Amino acid sequence: MLNPLFWLQAISLAFSQIWANKSRAFLTALGIIVGVASTTAVIAALTGLKSKVLAEFESVGASKFFVFPDRPDNAPRNMYPWEKILLKPAEVRAIRDECTLVKAVTPITEVGLDVESGDKRIEGITIAGIWPDWHMVQNRFVEEGRPFTSIDVDSERQVCLINGDAIKELDLPANPVGEAILIGGRRFLVVGIVETTQARFFGMNTSSAEIFIPFSVAEKMQDRNFFMRIEGMFTSPDVAEQGEDEVRFVLRRMRGLAPSDPQTFQVAAIDKFIEQFKALATGITAIAGGIVGISLLVGGIGIMNIMLVSVSERTREIGLRKAVGATPMAILLQFLLEAVTLCLVGGFIGIAIGRLAAFGLTQIPGAQLEQADVPFWAVVLSFAFSAVTGIVFGMFPAIKAARLDPIEALRHE
Amino acid sequence: MPDPGTTAIIEVRALTKIYRVGVETIHALRGLDLSIARNEMVAIMGSSGSGKSTLMNMLGCLDRPTSGAYHLNGRDVSRMNARELANVRNEEIGFVFQSFELLPRQTALENVELPLVYARGGWRGRRQRALAALDRVGLSKRVDHRPNQLSGGQRQRVAIARAILNNPSILLADEPTGNLDSQTTVEILALFRQLHAEGQTVVIVTHEDEVAAHCQRVVRLRDGRVLSDLPIAQDTAGRHLPAVRAATAEVGVPAHAAAQAAAHTAAHATEQGGGETC
Ligand SMILES: Nc1ncnc2c1ncn2[C@@H]1O[C@H](COP(=O)(O)OP(=O)(O)OP(=O)(O)O)[C@@H](O)[C@H]1O
Ligand SMILES: [Mg+2]
Repeated sequence: MLNPLFWLQAISLAFSQIWANKSRAFLTALGIIVGVASTTAVIAALTGLKSKVLAEFESVGASKFFVFPDRPDNAPRNMYPWEKILLKPAEVRAIRDECTLVKAVTPITEVGLDVESGDKRIEGITIAGIWPDWHMVQNRFVEEGRPFTSIDVDSERQVCLINGDAIKELDLPANPVGEAILIGGRRFLVVGIVETTQARFFGMNTSSAEIFIPFSVAEKMQDRNFFMRIEGMFTSPDVAEQGEDEVRFVLRRMRGLAPSDPQTFQVAAIDKFIEQFKALATGITAIAGGIVGISLLVGGIGIMNIMLVSVSERTREIGLRKAVGATPMAILLQFLLEAVTLCLVGGFIGIAIGRLAAFGLTQIPGAQLEQADVPFWAVVLSFAFSAVTGIVFGMFPAIKAARLDPIEALRHE
Repeated sequence: MPDPGTTAIIEVRALTKIYRVGVETIHALRGLDLSIARNEMVAIMGSSGSGKSTLMNMLGCLDRPTSGAYHLNGRDVSRMNARELANVRNEEIGFVFQSFELLPRQTALENVELPLVYARGGWRGRRQRALAALDRVGLSKRVDHRPNQLSGGQRQRVAIARAILNNPSILLADEPTGNLDSQTTVEILALFRQLHAEGQTVVIVTHEDEVAAHCQRVVRLRDGRVLSDLPIAQDTAGRHLPAVRAATAEVGVPAHAAAQAAAHTAAHATEQGGGETC
């Protein structure tokens, strides 16, 4: 119905109209520019954060699980005193011995002690007591020397593993295997150097001195009611659900909990965290989407206003176009196209600014946003939203223009 | 009726147009009949407010009558919807306005091309067609000028080129020389005569006898009705023609034409403004 020449001139007219009223067009499109830019930046940041966090989860291991003490919700404190809900060494042994889906499990207890080596003395280093399975659970092995063995634990050997930072802080030789250090006044033999891994949750605990001793030894150096947590690994990520049930069953039995009793501990597999995090990220993205919706609404009203101004300014021109044969549909499309073009130009500028902001985010040191990036779908969505805004808010002015009576329009002014 | 043998392009019967402004009703046209045949050149005259522009807007399908029938090339235009009327305006009608109505930011060529933008087909070769139209109005050297770089007469030539681009059945001009000086008026009228000589049917609204003298036929309106409809030789406007002047000097003015002229003069004297609200 409408020939190619119409579309050609409609598009060029839309752009020349914007160009002729540059500052007005810019101010009008500002709502859309700001909306699209801020949403683009937020989505970029979220995307970056998400891939970073997921990568960290991934490096921790998807089949990992954690057990920690937990007071039941709304339960009175005196009914569940801390001593009663703390995890016990016997419980972790039961998990190791009875849970078939658990491939490796270790208790971890931390105690702050003074450490000496020669003249060097550091106060209050965190010493972790672990089982040999810790190597597998944490995916951290030795660079030099040997890892812990069950004999170290069973015979309560005074041996330790240390990391590179601890070697530096204690002024030990580059390869300290075979050296002795004093931990809490007791003599320990360094048997191995543990690799330092970068992947720690959200950058916490990055690079610091670490010293590990057998759990059985650490137990002796702790108070009577000491805190320990359990970290373990299922045979595969697919059995995480059943594995959790198994651990829960064993622990409830150990604690003598009746079926109606609330749980006094928590078992959580890493995949739960991943799912929760993904849900959170999706939620925030949706909120960002909502914000863009509102800002586009505000921007859209500006578009409608300026289009109404444009229609009334150009009434005579509309009259002339009708006089030489423009159908109502041709006029409608012409003005819709102008509104859409205005919105798309705004959206384009908004995306460009958003991208720039995303790049800026990657440059902030320590913000953990190195991977911030605008995903393709966000670009497509921004354009689509902008176009829809143009159509929705351009419709009323366009209909108004299309309905103008040719002779009334020509008489205008 | 003049030229009863030729086919009528315009056939108007009992046309009325009533405007309502507040509580007032203005009868701009009161049952007007008119037919115009192919390749005629007609002048429409009448005092201010007599309904000339109202009639032209109807003929140009820019406005709809309150009642009455209008057949353009045998098609009943009064029953068409807005889209069909737009297509009729595009294909059948060329309209020339007193105030030119050019798009200020576009060049002469682009202004002339405008009807092709809305054409239902045949937009190919638009450059050549627009250039040819500009050539016909004698403006082939000004194609890239914008309206503000052109004189009034040149602007009206661009407007005429635009009007004839789609080879309309009829070229309508409402006081096309109203904004032009007398020298330019003569040139523009010569252009209309040339187009008429090339086969174009032309209707011109004018106040000036000198302008009407270029036409074959003069229709005079009064109070929204046809007052007289005569060949130029019998109309008072004809006294400006050398040939008619010579003839009347010899034989004297024909009786009924003289009566018409007297009535017309009386109308001018007593009913300036058409008796309608201004
Ligand atoms: N849009 C309108 N609303 C109300 N009345 C109108 C309108 N257009 C024209 N009229 C009235 O209709 C009558 C005829 O007007 P029209 O414009 O046709 O006169 P005209 O013969 O062209 O006059 P002129 O020679 O001054 O151009 C006038 O009385 C005018 O006031
Ligand atoms: Mg008029």
